Amino acid sequence: MQPFTRHTGIAAPLIKDDINTDQIAPILHSRGLKEDYRAMLFHRARRREDGSEDPDFVLNKPRFRAAGILVTGENFGAGSSRESAVWSMLANGIRVIAAKSFADIYRENCLQNGLLPVVLGSALGDQFIARVLAVDGKAPFTVDLVTQRISGPTGPDIAFEIPAADRTRLIEGLDDIGLTLKHVDEIASWEVRARAAQPWLQLARDSRRAALNKECENEPTQKI
Amino acid sequence: MQQTLFDKIWNFHRVAQRADGRDLIYIDRHVLHELHAHHAFAQLLKQSRPVRRADLTFAVQDHTVATGPGRDDETNPSGSAFIKAMREGCRSNRIRLFDIDDPEQGISHVVAPELGIVLPGATHAVPDSHASTVGGVGALAFGCGTSELAHILATQVMALKQPKNMRVQLDGRLAAGVTAKDVALRIIAEIGVAGARGHVVEYAGAAVGAMPIEQRMTLCNLNIEMGGRSGFVAPDDVTFEWLARRPFVPQGAEWDRALRHWRTLASDEGACFDREVTLDCATLEPQITWGTDPTQVVGISGRVPDPAALDPGRRAAAASAFGYMDLTPGTPLLGLPIDRVFIGSCTNSRLPDLQVAAAVIRGRHVAEGVVAMVVPGSTSVKREAEAAGLDRVFREAGFLWGESGCSMCAGGNGDRGEPGERCVSTTNRNFENRQGPKVRTHLASPATAAASAIAGRIADARQLAPGSA
Repeated sequence: MQPFTRHTGIAAPLIKDDINTDQIAPILHSRGLKEDYRAMLFHRARRREDGSEDPDFVLNKPRFRAAGILVTGENFGAGSSRESAVWSMLANGIRVIAAKSFADIYRENCLQNGLLPVVLGSALGDQFIARVLAVDGKAPFTVDLVTQRISGPTGPDIAFEIPAADRTRLIEGLDDIGLTLKHVDEIASWEVRARAAQPWLQLARDSRRAALNKECENEPTQKI
Repeated sequence: MQQTLFDKIWNFHRVAQRADGRDLIYIDRHVLHELHAHHAFAQLLKQSRPVRRADLTFAVQDHTVATGPGRDDETNPSGSAFIKAMREGCRSNRIRLFDIDDPEQGISHVVAPELGIVLPGATHAVPDSHASTVGGVGALAFGCGTSELAHILATQVMALKQPKNMRVQLDGRLAAGVTAKDVALRIIAEIGVAGARGHVVEYAGAAVGAMPIEQRMTLCNLNIEMGGRSGFVAPDDVTFEWLARRPFVPQGAEWDRALRHWRTLASDEGACFDREVTLDCATLEPQITWGTDPTQVVGISGRVPDPAALDPGRRAAAASAFGYMDLTPGTPLLGLPIDRVFIGSCTNSRLPDLQVAAAVIRGRHVAEGVVAMVVPGSTSVKREAEAAGLDRVFREAGFLWGESGCSMCAGGNGDRGEPGERCVSTTNRNFENRQGPKVRTHLASPATAAASAIAGRIADARQLAPGSA
């Protein structure tokens, strides 16, 4: 995972609540395994009915085209768990989303990919949003995860909160699977305990196949 | 100390606490689908990490499969690569796949419980936000993203911060013609799209106890639409009877032992919930959404609300929804002309859903100009429905009868409405453009969807004149 320590970029205001992952990364007609995440981001909102770019959509405005910080409202990323809604941000150079709140799964997906989710606390959050609107893309803001501060034009630095563990994980770009595999022995002993306490949990066996093929009953069966 | 059932399941499954303070929660059953599987398999391959427990992992082709007769890998060209990639990943990792032509293929959230793959008190993960559907049998399920999916494949655990406890108490007896779908829509309307964020919800109360398992699954399915991390109903005799003899449940003496344990699965008397919500269901009528998020709900006899009567925080969203939905405040929902009806999805595609809809349309015909479609939640459901003659009822009424899959819920397989169409849908999200560009979705129960198909307008199934047959 790409570590995150500090990012300086233009802050684009998309001040709406409940922006969902269908809006962020819509399922499109034509797709393949190598999707164009850059083009996917807000695909519909960015376009007018005839398919041309909508010049009024914030990320289409020249001063926000290279935005690195997206500023938004409550419950950002609601809906589907699709991770493309995070990958499409990164593909467009957006490294920070500052929202009043996040949907749970979306926030997890951000942490998995080095996209910093900043929760804007009530009073300071409103001040920050007002500043972003006033600055209007004319100068960048800096989001520093080490000092947990946002700095930029027209006002003092703003402190933000993030759980210490999430912060460490982002700063060090830690491999999430690697972190867990440090506990591989505990996982194995849990499995032994579960086999004794609730054996049915450790055995997902198709009783029809087991009856047909008794000697293979503990092997995972598969269809070719 | 008294514990909630969620606490008990969580504590049993807690393997360790990671250095970053997250709990490692063992996942008893993991089900993949083709939209995420490819990326996760590719990630593991790149990192040379094996799948830890292929025998506890299953895969179902559901999101992108075509629903027309004689479908195959290529019928939906935009799904083809995903279907083949998951097949290859399952082959090389020895994961049991319910492939596109498998007699038990279907939507993962329908297939896993109907085969008995998920069990009461078991943990379950699916890379899909509607994972908690299986909470209907008392399983604790988490939706996840692609990276988390790879994490579970490699470790069989999820690294989670413990969510809070919430109880939704559903009192009273549902009136005839009112279902779990109507109850769920009303709850979402009351508490909002983020009302259960950070919480695992236990649904309890007389109305829940009286629900058959399929309705409990509908109730738990919609939990994510109010932001809940998971949702479930504590298992009871209805659950055990429903699960008994399904192919993947423990058999014989093992079943008896499991059953003894499952009977203990309940929140302790006096256990503390961080949040409690109570809803009296006795006075509820069928519900329907009028707007573009699942909180924008009214009783079917109601009208599109006046923004002045709404909570100030909801006015902006309402104003935007009026335009998209081409509705004005004060318009009655009943009688609105419609173009399309969809009955299906992990929310409402199980056999009793189809039976209810078939009972409404039997002997009638879909209104002229309305395209109506039924997509069973699994190939098993489809087979059972056909054995009961339901496919004939639907076809004779002018419905299309599809092969199983997610279909028009998110349109990932190409099934979608035309721009500007108004659609009554038994699915879970009425977001803009979800069922096709500019399609106007009204979420409702199978009975309401069926009645509306017949009337050509939004209709209350309880008020339809008796059919001719």
